Amino acid sequence: MSQYLLSTYAVEGEVSGAPMTPGEMETFMKRVVALEDEMEATGTFVFGGALHDPDAATVLRMEEGDVTMTDGPFVEAKEHIAGFYIINADDLDAALAWARKVVDAIGHPIEVRPFRATGRVQA
Amino acid sequence: MTPTVAAHGAATDVERVFREAYGQAVAALVRIFGDITLAEDAVQEAFALASERWRSDGIPPNPAGWIVTTARNRAIDHLRRTARGRVLLEQLGTVATRSQGPADGEREEDGPVSDDRLRLIFTCCHPALRPEHRVALTLRLLGGLSVEEVARSFLVTESTMAKRLVRAKYKIKAAKIPYRVPEEADLPERLRSVLSVLYLIYNTGLDDPERASLRSEAIRLARALVELMPDEPEAAGLLALMLLSESRVPARTSEGALVLLRDQDRTTWDRAMIEEGHAIVRACIRRGQPGSFQLQAAIQAVHCASDSFEATDWPQIVALYDRLLSVMPTPVVALNRAIAIAEVEGPGAALTKIDAIAGDLDSYHLLHAARGTLLRRLGQRDASRAAFERAAHLAATEADRQFLIQQIEE
Repeated sequence: MSQYLLSTYAVEGEVSGAPMTPGEMETFMKRVVALEDEMEATGTFVFGGALHDPDAATVLRMEEGDVTMTDGPFVEAKEHIAGFYIINADDLDAALAWARKVVDAIGHPIEVRPFRATGRVQA
Repeated sequence: MTPTVAAHGAATDVERVFREAYGQAVAALVRIFGDITLAEDAVQEAFALASERWRSDGIPPNPAGWIVTTARNRAIDHLRRTARGRVLLEQLGTVATRSQGPADGEREEDGPVSDDRLRLIFTCCHPALRPEHRVALTLRLLGGLSVEEVARSFLVTESTMAKRLVRAKYKIKAAKIPYRVPEEADLPERLRSVLSVLYLIYNTGLDDPERASLRSEAIRLARALVELMPDEPEAAGLLALMLLSESRVPARTSEGALVLLRDQDRTTWDRAMIEEGHAIVRACIRRGQPGSFQLQAAIQAVHCASDSFEATDWPQIVALYDRLLSVMPTPVVALNRAIAIAEVEGPGAALTKIDAIAGDLDSYHLLHAARGTLLRRLGQRDASRAAFERAAHLAATEADRQFLIQQIEE
């Protein structure tokens, strides 16, 4: 079994599509919940979630023996990771099939990236 | 026969066997060990051993089996040398136990399984790999071309091609691109990717006489694919398309210059290839599951069935283009359909249709070449010359450019 990161990105200051009505929001949430239930039921879901804006990020780095902090994200870019799933899948085809379902549910591009090592969950 | 000639004969035999066995052997080793680089290295070593031994002892009755067994033993020896390799060997269990291969005087041989190459071609042509990597992997792993030969085929340096191959193999391993024939639901899309890779290899060989060997390589791989997937009409369609195109190659150029279909000496077309292509197209028609490659093959079949340009069944060609356009609605197909319409409804009707798609294909030299030809037929000399000038400016190959420059002057 391998693990894959399925991540989605948001572009700063860009809202794709028209704002959702409460009704649309409800159908959207239903789709996402149904997908996550399916991931759970098949032993696919490891972890996942949606992230706050990069404005809420803090970077820590080692400088001359001290750890210093800076406000904001590590990468100064317009695109930032907005949410992700970590899933179990046998191989890339299985991971791509799940990614396709995520694209169907959320309507945003998904990047699929394999884990090289996964700490204590590595079995 | 002098000893020199005998040795030369043996050498070319050995080379031919290598070329044919390479893809099978690599594919079999990937099945056993699940690692492309290990498979390639082991097969390379087995070939080195073979080239010494076969030249003195002769080629064994089952060369591919000999290579697979020898390569497998080599790979196991490599794995035993590292702790990680020993763990892998343990996981693989009996599939990867060292056998006393024929190299050691025993008779046991494990032959390649016919599906091995099929699985490997689906790995090499996986849509998660970029198209140029798919082509390079297919030529290297299944076609048995050296890195240097693959590099030359794509006009890049050997080190660039080596990096490209390393990167593609890294992705296959890291992302775990599977080594298997895709499931039914994914098969049409995945097969399309395989067929486009083979067709691209063929067309690369067609565009440049120095890369002509790519055409026979593509035909060889397409033949293997049809043998392995006899129920896929599109695979057969691609093979027929390549054969019918190949049959006309002797007439396509004269002293290095391009010769249009209209002016080709049809007596030089390869009859055997046309017959084979026609038989496949007829079988496809009986099957009744047309797809884009079968329809393109059918169009070529009509051209090849005619003794002259004028006697061509143009209404049939236009009808086939109509069907092709419905399954493959691209501007290039629309352009080719318009060119055929010129022979049925005249140059004026064709020009109107071409002008309607000109916006999509403004940087495609053949659109301007087609306009130039039609405008000349309509007597509009200045407009025709301007169209050929634009076409020559955009031409991708030197042969095309020379041909188009000549048209400007006519």
